[in-house]
Amino acid sequence: MNFLIDAFGFIVDPANWSGETGIGGRLLQHLVITGLSLLFAALIALPLGLLIGHTGRGRGAVIGLTGAARALPTFGVLTLFVLIGIQFGFGLSLPPVIVVLVVLAIPPLLAGAYSGVEAVDRQTVDAARAQGMTEWQILTQVELPLALPLIVGGLRSATLQVVATATIAAYVAQGGLGRYLIEGVQSRDYVRAVIGAILLAALALLLDGLFAALQRLVVPRGVSRGSTRTTKTGSTAQRPSRPFDATRTPVTEG
Amino acid sequence: MTWLWNNLDLVLGLTAEHARLSAIPILIGFAASLPLGWLASRVHWLRGIVLTVFNVIYTIPSLALFVVLPLILGTKILDDLNVVVALSLYAVAMMLRGTIDAFGSVSGDVLQSATAQGFSGPSRFWTVQFPLAGPVLLANLRVVSVSTVSLLSVAALVGSGGLGYLFTNGYSRSFLDEIVIGIVFTVLLALVFDAILVLAGRLLMPWNRRAAVPTRIPFLKAVIPGSAR
Repeated sequence: MNFLIDAFGFIVDPANWSGETGIGGRLLQHLVITGLSLLFAALIALPLGLLIGHTGRGRGAVIGLTGAARALPTFGVLTLFVLIGIQFGFGLSLPPVIVVLVVLAIPPLLAGAYSGVEAVDRQTVDAARAQGMTEWQILTQVELPLALPLIVGGLRSATLQVVATATIAAYVAQGGLGRYLIEGVQSRDYVRAVIGAILLAALALLLDGLFAALQRLVVPRGVSRGSTRTTKTGSTAQRPSRPFDATRTPVTEG
Repeated sequence: MTWLWNNLDLVLGLTAEHARLSAIPILIGFAASLPLGWLASRVHWLRGIVLTVFNVIYTIPSLALFVVLPLILGTKILDDLNVVVALSLYAVAMMLRGTIDAFGSVSGDVLQSATAQGFSGPSRFWTVQFPLAGPVLLANLRVVSVSTVSLLSVAALVGSGGLGYLFTNGYSRSFLDEIVIGIVFTVLLALVFDAILVLAGRLLMPWNRRAAVPTRIPFLKAVIPGSAR
């Protein structure tokens, strides 16, 4: 228990928060790495996922991709990319790490966008079409708002993955809260490792809580919470009201 | 490739260790999620509590959990036990929602018919509810299995990651081949585990040959956190 007390003592001491290698600096690095990776991944995955959900094409590819991504040991892929990056003259810089994190974040984002759109009741879509909406209007004004909770769910999942993997990225790159953990383990300074563990767990739980709240906020008015069902006609019975609420994707690394 | 032939003993030894260290959490996770999931599927207030607790555990990055567990368990930092316990907790967390859904998906009519036929509590569970929940349980177990095998390699950073050793060692020596071989063997091991599970499913649930439908949904399920959590 002394370790815990020492670790908390370190964390609450404001002197340890300043500077680039202080807690504040490490936290900022972690958030920047996470944010950048999520941004790039979202730019790729969200349009693609919406398109797949809307057209229904490429569904098998998404399922295959998410399955295959799960089997890949992220730690191995990370070390591999960073070594390749070094050989191509990037040095020990961030781009190779971000590339891996982007690749990692794409499957949950893609699955969230695609399953969110697909879970929208077909009758709702047909009704929109019958009202004369164009396909673009259906996608942006009907399917997208109704899919938003699941899209945010995918984002939440991806965020957890990236935050966790950015931790082990500290092994190969220089930044992020993972440095405390790695340095602590490597130098057998257990207090330092526990400091890293506490800060990381707190960050992950905080971000997860924020996204959980956001998930509730984005449910459109008139839709019962946690359900994308909008009509109460008989055929909705075939469609589970919460098709994909579930165990989350394993935090592959970190 | 020459590196692989020269170091075949090392790679095979690490693969065996990887198999052992990931098989134990998979089995513990499965076994522990059954009673928990069954209880949670019956007792409404318990469901929320159990799911929340495991979601919180699940949210903690694995490296952080590996490091904190010795404080709770009283183990050494480099003890295999930390890794096994951490991965078991993750396995339960991953498995739990599926287990609750699996038991909940068995229709009440079927259970009542079974009771009417004279099945008592435990025998009704083992001979009616458990087999009917089987396909969904298996689908979830497959996800847990693949994820655990892949996740274990992180533990190389705390000294017991099986094939993950090839990543830390390869990285410190700037040797790409070693890392690639580590990745290939990890993926192969995950595939072998998956094949064993599928085969076991076929043997134990011969009525369920065309189980393509239930295996699909949990795959996606496992990727998206609940909209209604």
